Amino acid sequence: MDSETLEQVASADISVENRHYKVIGSRPIRHDGPDKVTGRALFGADIRMNGLLYGKVLRSPHAHARIISIDVSRALALTGVKAVVTNADLPTLESVVSRVGEGSINWRYLSSNLLAGEKVLYHGHAIAAVSAVNPHVAEQAASLIDVEYEILSPVITVDQAMRPDASILLDELRTNELGARGSTPTNIASHDQFQRGDLDQGFSAASVIVEREFTTSTVHQGYIEPHNATAIWGTDGQITVWTSTQGGHDARRQIAEVLQLPVSRIKVIPMEIGGGFGGKIGIYLEPVAALLSLKSGNRPVQMTMSRFDVLAATGPTSGSVIRVKMGAAQDGQITAAQVSLAYAAGAYPGSPVGSAMSVILNPYRIANVQVDGYDVVTNTPRAAAYRAPGGTNAAFAAESVVDELANKLGIDPIDMRLINGIKEGDRRVDGPISRRVGYIETLERARSSPHYLSALSSPSSATCKVGRGVGSGWWGNWPGGTSSVSVVVNNDGTVNLIEGSTDIGGSRVAMAMMLAETLGIQASDIKPMVVDTDSVGYNDVTAGSRTTYSTGIAVHKAGLKIIHEMCERAAQLWNVDPGTIDYADGVLTSGTNHIGFKELARKIGDGDGNVVASVSISPNGEGVALATHIVDVEVDMETGKVQILRYTAIQDVGTAIHPAYVEGQLQGGVAQGIGWALNEEYVYDAQGHLLNGSLLDYRIPTALDLPMIETVLVEVPNTTHPFGVRGVGEVPIVPPAGAVANAIANATGLRMTILPMSPRHMLEAMWAQAK
Amino acid sequence: MQAFEYIPATTVNEAIAILHQQGDQARLISGGTDLIVQLREGRRKPKIVVDIKRIPEVNQLSYNLIDGLTIGAAVPCYKLYGSAVIKETYPGLIDAASLIGGVQIQGRATLGGNLCNASPAADSIPALIAHNAIAVVAGMNGERHIPVQDFCTSPGRTQLEPDEMLVSIQVPAPRAHSYGAYLRFTPRNEMDIAVVGVGVWVALDDTRVVITAARIALGAVGPTPLFVNEAGASLVGQPIGSQAIEKAALIAQLAAKPITDMRGSAEQRRHLVAVLTRRALDSAIARASA
Repeated sequence: MDSETLEQVASADISVENRHYKVIGSRPIRHDGPDKVTGRALFGADIRMNGLLYGKVLRSPHAHARIISIDVSRALALTGVKAVVTNADLPTLESVVSRVGEGSINWRYLSSNLLAGEKVLYHGHAIAAVSAVNPHVAEQAASLIDVEYEILSPVITVDQAMRPDASILLDELRTNELGARGSTPTNIASHDQFQRGDLDQGFSAASVIVEREFTTSTVHQGYIEPHNATAIWGTDGQITVWTSTQGGHDARRQIAEVLQLPVSRIKVIPMEIGGGFGGKIGIYLEPVAALLSLKSGNRPVQMTMSRFDVLAATGPTSGSVIRVKMGAAQDGQITAAQVSLAYAAGAYPGSPVGSAMSVILNPYRIANVQVDGYDVVTNTPRAAAYRAPGGTNAAFAAESVVDELANKLGIDPIDMRLINGIKEGDRRVDGPISRRVGYIETLERARSSPHYLSALSSPSSATCKVGRGVGSGWWGNWPGGTSSVSVVVNNDGTVNLIEGSTDIGGSRVAMAMMLAETLGIQASDIKPMVVDTDSVGYNDVTAGSRTTYSTGIAVHKAGLKIIHEMCERAAQLWNVDPGTIDYADGVLTSGTNHIGFKELARKIGDGDGNVVASVSISPNGEGVALATHIVDVEVDMETGKVQILRYTAIQDVGTAIHPAYVEGQLQGGVAQGIGWALNEEYVYDAQGHLLNGSLLDYRIPTALDLPMIETVLVEVPNTTHPFGVRGVGEVPIVPPAGAVANAIANATGLRMTILPMSPRHMLEAMWAQAK
Repeated sequence: MQAFEYIPATTVNEAIAILHQQGDQARLISGGTDLIVQLREGRRKPKIVVDIKRIPEVNQLSYNLIDGLTIGAAVPCYKLYGSAVIKETYPGLIDAASLIGGVQIQGRATLGGNLCNASPAADSIPALIAHNAIAVVAGMNGERHIPVQDFCTSPGRTQLEPDEMLVSIQVPAPRAHSYGAYLRFTPRNEMDIAVVGVGVWVALDDTRVVITAARIALGAVGPTPLFVNEAGASLVGQPIGSQAIEKAALIAQLAAKPITDMRGSAEQRRHLVAVLTRRALDSAIARASA
């Protein structure tokens, strides 16, 4: 079989929707499972080596202040202290914006987020770091650094930051107003807009119009493993970094940019990762640990954040104010929608308002629309990506209004979405024409699900009310970026799969399964491994639901190359033309000759050159994902507490490679979405101090707060992937807040316009309604 | 965390002598579920940590019909609900003991530590107050008894002198037809701090129709757990029923002095005091009537 024929076979496969797979769709044990459940898996903080020093960071006690002076002499004088670094140790960078991960980054701002320059911009902003012989000495030394501040008034919410008289965070910031640069200092980094049709005409065609303003709190991804980095700046100038990251190569690039070094000087070794959800794309500690190593006689330095550090200085996604005005005709057709979104970016520009502008209306076909988005800096930590960035709060607003329109029109909420739901060929609100995607299928499956067909349970007490809500969500995914893999056939017939995509959600087993399917062998015969940045080609971050899609394509292509090479080897063995060889289900056949993959690998051995393949690709496919969720809640009308009784997530998942991990993605996204909906929020005092910087008071749901989350996998294969893969990890966090709000409205008649819908906010809303 | 010296004391006198010598440089440790966290976060910086877990008196857990219940200061929560007779006799205390942390924490955490930590939101203190518990305290000049309702003086502070230690908590033997209950409100179902906690105890007459005594205590609505004498007193002589309960709940609500913080607003807390007082009284009365 020649390579051209193989390519044709591969692309012909794409259009086949009902193929019978041997490996894909099964549920093998994940390769990293035994190490994870026995505690042998190595995470960043597990690294130990001779001469290891420990680094600690001094963080700002103020939300907004100018740094007058930093005196490190008392810290350096402490026995056991090796070095102190401040912003003065970092190269001065130009203000240049580059793409990093799914978002963009201004290198100068990244640098001053690592160690504050002229100003501290949030409570917990890193100012200096110390290396010492143990973490306790380092901690004590950090407390001996004397910093003189000129305290400035903080702005915490977008409303505060957008006031004309607001305290200004970044003196040089000017609004990018629809592409034009503003002339006056501001906290509004940008204003973007898209519009289509005629709003006035659309609203006048409506028989019912709903207009509401929604406010949502800052929330954190809540990954359990804190950020960490261990670095050696070698005497040869080579830097080695062990870290917890969603992308080794992206971490390498960021370290290189802020230290102004070529990437070849840096090797990043990505360790096992205890959750990221977007929050482990940007770097925080790596260059600081490297600089401490350089100044500590090239000894290795390890830095690990505390939980407070994680909550106060990393992660969060934007608090927001979102206004939605939507009109619908008597038949349920949405005739017009006007929305504006203001998202808190934290200390530096870069909130996910751009993706929120797409998420908010994209499930629907609307002819007359205007969407305005504002990126606003605030004295809170720099916003990082969080699972479908900006989507949950946007969908909370839109799905609430769609539900209210349906109620007013007397239309079932699923029917309302069926009437307006986007189909293949429709123009999306954010511009492109929609390709084949199974949104309508999710709605139909929702309508016929046992959950939706069941009656609501009775309230558990006289003070409680129960209700049901529905919500949908759209997410764009990132079916692109670069993925590189290498494959080596071992002399026992097993196959090493060398990749560089961080495995957060079970991607190693998914990659192994796609390679096994391609080669016609078993997944357990593939050994997938995520290696350091020197040992594999470039890989973009595991983010944007791209890995199983993009790296999966690379794995498939590498598998085809291996088949090609194996056919060549069999041809030599049998002295036949390679074109006569048929490869199917792991068996090579030519006339009466036939040989299995393993046996051929043994025959090839190591003496005559290995069978290897490397592939690097950058697909530019399509991968939008849509989901519909159903939730039953019980509300205690005396305490305002909302209990989730039942939850079903229905999603178009393309092809589920390993269904257990797809279901896990849906359940994980829902769990986080429920946390966001009900209790998670950053609580600041008037001076901008974070008051709840612990997992005791930052209330992520526990297992006791959630029911078993039911999942329905709708498989509409993605036509741009050889196995039909569609990214699945992000969209499940988009619908929950809206669905829960709609269930609360159904139970109580109360239309919540604030997140979280915590007991306190629920009571306040009840009291306001009673007035 | 700052380095400290660790001394395992074997007698009450030894522990007191160290406290006397070191003053506030020393801190007692039992389960450590509060202290270790405070040390790690730098909120307390003692030079000496004195472990009392090897002292016999602080490990006693006994119950009889005359003396009631003695809970040594170092007895972990799980031992309370591990005892069938205590579980049956003092379900109102068990309500609290089984809420403090998760199962692992309850293997270490003690009611004594919960009391001495003196958090306004402590779960066991309102329950102990409702049960009319007494703190037995040892010092250089011997032993003294402090009603738990008077034990805490402000957040994190108690009536203990620097050289005094809590030895045990005495809970009176139950009267006939008397039971307690403790309820707290938390946004999460577990792993949370009380936004409001309410401990109650009621005694009924032999017909189990009339309330003969009642005590109500509140948590997280003032600088210390609050004993609301008037609320319990209002129930005495009243037939059980919603009217009397509503009145007691209203009195409790008026006595609350809540603040707004990250865990809840003052208004929310005031509201919850009435809700939880009602519910806790319903629960205790149901137990006493059964």
